[in-house]
Amino acid sequence: MAVDLNMKVLVVDDYKTMIRIISNLLKQIGFKNIDDAAEGGAALSKLRNGGYGLVVSDWNMEPMTGLDLLREVRADDSLKTTPFLMVTAESKTENVLAAKQAGVDNYIVKPFNAETLKGKLESVLGAF
Amino acid sequence: MTELSIDDSFNQRAEELRAARGDSVAISEVAEVVKSLMQTMDGDLSSLDIKLYREINQLASYVQNAKQEIAEIQPENLRNEQIPMATDELDAIVKSTEDATGNILDAAEELEAVSGELKGKQSERIMDVVTKIYEACNFQDITGQRITKVVNTLKHIEEELDKLTKVFGDEIKNSAEKAARKPKDDRADSHLLNGPQHSEQAASQEEIDALLASFD
Repeated sequence: MAVDLNMKVLVVDDYKTMIRIISNLLKQIGFKNIDDAAEGGAALSKLRNGGYGLVVSDWNMEPMTGLDLLREVRADDSLKTTPFLMVTAESKTENVLAAKQAGVDNYIVKPFNAETLKGKLESVLGAF
Repeated sequence: MTELSIDDSFNQRAEELRAARGDSVAISEVAEVVKSLMQTMDGDLSSLDIKLYREINQLASYVQNAKQEIAEIQPENLRNEQIPMATDELDAIVKSTEDATGNILDAAEELEAVSGELKGKQSERIMDVVTKIYEACNFQDITGQRITKVVNTLKHIEEELDKLTKVFGDEIKNSAEKAARKPKDDRADSHLLNGPQHSEQAASQEEIDALLASFD
């Protein structure tokens, strides 16, 4: 089944420039409906309002981290199947393991390129 | 009895013996001097007590030297001036890289819009270049995070210095007043070398031009 590029995507990062970079790269891939939040708590509120088909989140944010957000999403019956991509500078094995155990769908380490982002999205959502 | 007075007492007895007997003194007479010296000490001191006393004396000297060295670091100055200045500068770096990256992204987005108006290979080439610009701008996020780590480390040092000044308190303040300030920069115009100013304090080019013109 073809990926619905009209789906609402939520980009979560405490650096505004990073939100712009990821949003612009998502638009290049073809996504048309991109929203953002600056930390996990604000992201969770938006997600609970409904309608998001994908979350692309940083890890190191305050007060709620990306890992906390992921756990909340997976614990919420209305959100638990939402595809979740972690995009973060945290690169230790223990980080990847923790994210995997929390239910992350894929994991991108910063700095990243457009090809990697597209590849990981395809692995999560299917081919574009 | 202090170590100094033990030495003085011993020297005095040794001099008395030399005056009476010259440099050739029987071992038994030396033993008498040592015995009477031991008896002048307060209480029933064993050699272990003397050793302990010496150790405590050395420890007291060490603590005194450490306090002096800490005072020379001038922890209050570090805590109240140097560290806040350093964290301000680091925050300014994060802000200015964020602003600069924003400007770069503005330009890249404009190029992307232009590329949309073109067709074929030219459009593709421009899009490739724009994508590379987006990828390169990852740096701002990474540098920002690294700088935040440094700022947090400085804040931790500030907290530890705070504890140190509370422990030693007035003793460090008094020592610091006596400790000489080492010059940081030997250049003759070092008092004019302040580096880049924060935007709210910096003079603009127009203000500088106006100032120069006022001398004409």
